[in-house]
Amino acid sequence: MLKYIAKRIGLALITIFTVATLTFFLMNMVPGGPFLSEKAVRTAAQAALEAKYGLDKPLSQQYLTYMKDALHGDFGESLKQRGRTVTSIIVSKFPVSARVGGLSVIVALLVGIPLGCLAATHRGKTLDSVISVISTCGIAVPSFVICTLLLYFLGSKVKILPTYGIGTWKHYVMPVIALALYPTAYIMRLMRSSMLDVLGQDYMRTATAKGVKPFFRLFKHALRNALLPVITYVGPMMAYTMTGSFVVEKIFTIPGLGNEFVSSIINRDYTMIMGTTIFLATLMVVMNVLVDIVYKIVDPRIKLK
Amino acid sequence: MDNNYLVDIQHERLSFFTPAGEVKALNDVSIHLKEGEVLGIVGESGSGKSVTAYSLMGLTAYPGKLIGGELHFNGHEVEKMTEKDFSKMRGKEVSIIFQDPLTSLNPVYTIGNQIMEVIRLHTDADKKKAYARAVELLSLVGINEPEKRMKQYPHELSGGMRQRVMIAIALACEPKLLIADEPTTALDVTIQAQILELMMELKDKLGMAIIMITHDLGIVASMCDRIAVMYAGRIVETGTCDEIFYHPKHEYTKGLLESIPRLDSTKHEKLIPIEGNPVDLLNPPEGCAFAPRCKNCMKICLRENPPKTDFSKTHYAYCFMNQKAEMEGGNTNE
Amino acid sequence: MKEPNAMSFHVKYKPEDFMPANEEEKQSQVIMRESVGFWQDGFRRLRKNKVAMVSLFVIIVIMIFSFIVPSFYPYDYKTQIKGSENLHPMQYSEKEIERMDAGEKVFPHVLGTDKMGRDYAIRVMMGSRISLLVGLIATAIIFVIGSLIGSISAFFGGWVDLIIMRIVDIIYTIPDFLLIVLLSFALKDPLAKLAQLPGFGWMQIVGSNLISIFIVFALLYWVGMARMVRSQILTLKENDYVMAAKALGAKDGRIIKKHLLTNCIGTLIVTTTLQIPSSIFTESYLSFLGMGVAVPLPSLGSLASDAINGMITFPYLLFAPCLLISLIILSFNLFGDGLRDAFDPKLKN
Repeated sequence: MLKYIAKRIGLALITIFTVATLTFFLMNMVPGGPFLSEKAVRTAAQAALEAKYGLDKPLSQQYLTYMKDALHGDFGESLKQRGRTVTSIIVSKFPVSARVGGLSVIVALLVGIPLGCLAATHRGKTLDSVISVISTCGIAVPSFVICTLLLYFLGSKVKILPTYGIGTWKHYVMPVIALALYPTAYIMRLMRSSMLDVLGQDYMRTATAKGVKPFFRLFKHALRNALLPVITYVGPMMAYTMTGSFVVEKIFTIPGLGNEFVSSIINRDYTMIMGTTIFLATLMVVMNVLVDIVYKIVDPRIKLK
Repeated sequence: MDNNYLVDIQHERLSFFTPAGEVKALNDVSIHLKEGEVLGIVGESGSGKSVTAYSLMGLTAYPGKLIGGELHFNGHEVEKMTEKDFSKMRGKEVSIIFQDPLTSLNPVYTIGNQIMEVIRLHTDADKKKAYARAVELLSLVGINEPEKRMKQYPHELSGGMRQRVMIAIALACEPKLLIADEPTTALDVTIQAQILELMMELKDKLGMAIIMITHDLGIVASMCDRIAVMYAGRIVETGTCDEIFYHPKHEYTKGLLESIPRLDSTKHEKLIPIEGNPVDLLNPPEGCAFAPRCKNCMKICLRENPPKTDFSKTHYAYCFMNQKAEMEGGNTNE
Repeated sequence: MKEPNAMSFHVKYKPEDFMPANEEEKQSQVIMRESVGFWQDGFRRLRKNKVAMVSLFVIIVIMIFSFIVPSFYPYDYKTQIKGSENLHPMQYSEKEIERMDAGEKVFPHVLGTDKMGRDYAIRVMMGSRISLLVGLIATAIIFVIGSLIGSISAFFGGWVDLIIMRIVDIIYTIPDFLLIVLLSFALKDPLAKLAQLPGFGWMQIVGSNLISIFIVFALLYWVGMARMVRSQILTLKENDYVMAAKALGAKDGRIIKKHLLTNCIGTLIVTTTLQIPSSIFTESYLSFLGMGVAVPLPSLGSLASDAINGMITFPYLLFAPCLLISLIILSFNLFGDGLRDAFDPKLKN
């Protein structure tokens, strides 16, 4: 187990390193830069700024310097938000995204898993059809559509919910609904099909033949097996959702990491891009390792290599 | 109605309502079984052997529905039982061993957990007692180091071991009836013999009745008191072991017997396979279901279902050949 | 059951009943279900699936409206009609009312006009044309690249497989938004230069943004398809019938064609069909963020994005593209589900 985790962390470090390197060169290859204005003439001020952040040096040297600092945990200062380090920006923005995203993940799990199970146990009946319709629609509606519709009806027409910012619990309702819709619908579908698969297995027949009551058959014997595909999905989904959806944060003007990331890309805030990318990649990789470990706990057949 | 029977199924009809139509899986099936008796049900895949046994436990799979007949088991009227009644009965009064031990145990729980579960469901034993009983059961079914096995998961055991575990689960509450659904099909030949021997040994020890579902006539001959031959959802012939093996009266039974190799024959007898395919139960033919594959098929076989002909108290068959013999000889068989 | 006596026997049965039946009579009893091929069987089931057929119908209707209707629609998606700004659905501007009074026939603005005086119905139609085009072409690209790389990875195995799967991992890990933005910035100039060259004039019509979207899709989203194809082939390779074919001396080419391809074609078709809505989804989301097609070309995403600010006064400008995009994705999803039920042999009962 320990050996496995060590190996996974090693692989993860390689992946993060590659991602960082790729991003660095890709970012610098693209024409334009953080201090370039539309005017073609380089001003003295620009040159001074570039010199201050070391952007005038050869790319390979910049890369080495960045990597060396990054290894020491120093991700530099933001090029656009003067005087703030990248780390401090991420530390201040991520919790906002993580709260909204975390709530959405919880909603998705709490709604998706039970409804998926219900659909499977009521296979072919009205309840199953109703749940299937809901989940199919949930998957089909893009997040910007659900956001704008929520904004229009709940925010502007009925005016029961605030339309921007984050503060009271009321601010969370619309973003969480918008963010949770797709994963909820997806988990419902996943849960239904995997539950149906499990319910048809021989060991479920054994459980019935042993005299296990339907409730315990579902919760003790079926659920643990049927959860496996959901776990695989939930890992990356959590990473995505917690780091904030650009669309949701843009529409509801939430000061989160997603919004920050998009504006840093558009503004060419190189250090911000690098820092956020490395942070997101790390989160993703950590989630994947966690999924593998949870998987091993749930299914004893899995051997971690 | 003879109340001495442990199992008494009368005129059972069961259909699967699939999107393609009604599949008549069981047509007027009647079987009975006394306590401590071993009944073999033989027939090819899809003939309804398993469906008959499963319906007795309320294990009929999803689109299947019992549509007629009476099923009595150990004082229960099975056709009227609810899921709740079944939960109390299954595993306690009647148990089952399935064909594939590889997939019949839940992969995410330990062997011990799965044996103790059935004990704790049907007795008021606490965890400690259930554990002791489970260990005892494992050694009863011939598993060495039972304490170690208790902590293992199904995938860590061999096929034969897993089938022994299944038997231990089935026997945990000393049921009156054990249904064995092709219990050795998925196992090696050497293991097969061990498992069958174990079952017979335990039967004598515990005095339960067994319904043995198989397509292996060799197993039936060595284990069973009586045999029911099924074809296309009907019992086509029933009798004691001797009656079926030495005086088969249905053309299908005869065909079955001709298709098994015999060690005791001195000449080089040729094996005779039964030609053709099983009937499509979605559109069953009129008349005898076996007629299209029957060597001695007659005109009437294609029109009408053959009537029941009794040959002894225990032996009867549904085949027009017997009517033909009567007409020609002018005498009944008895 | 009552035992019939000997007498009733003779009444009930006639001697000719016991004459042997001939083969023909016997066979007439065997009602064989007609044997149907894989495709026939699949299409039969697909036709029976009402939801899938309705979705297909919806898709066809939307396609007619986005590809055929605009060519003879009286308005143009980029013409700004002076004096007809911000009209409500079916409303006419003063000029148009004058023309109508003069006896001229004026085609109504079914969905009104936008703030620049462009007919909104035609813009929505053009928008869905772009969305559909992106969905279909991007999916075709993804299909070709993904299945190619996936099968290479599965067939060669070893270090080829290892490297390809590492690349897949990395693409999965880099936030796609970053790559999309960087790539579209990077591709802007080269594409614009390329469009100047003779023979590439068509690129100006399509727009360099659209092309860079295709390239981005081709570079990023093949990974899912590649993973699917790889795992399909790896599973199929382990199957006994492939072993059997090998044992019978079948050549690699035959095994691939006859066994592997026929067995994963159903899954491939289904995955490809389900990739279409997901491509449309991604495009609309990029356009919504202003990263998609360039003005004046509309896409359903950019139309929705433009309509947000005026949504209190002109909600229909928001609803039309939003509902249409949802309908398109829903129909493709449902149709894909129908295809899966019909063609995925594993689900066959």
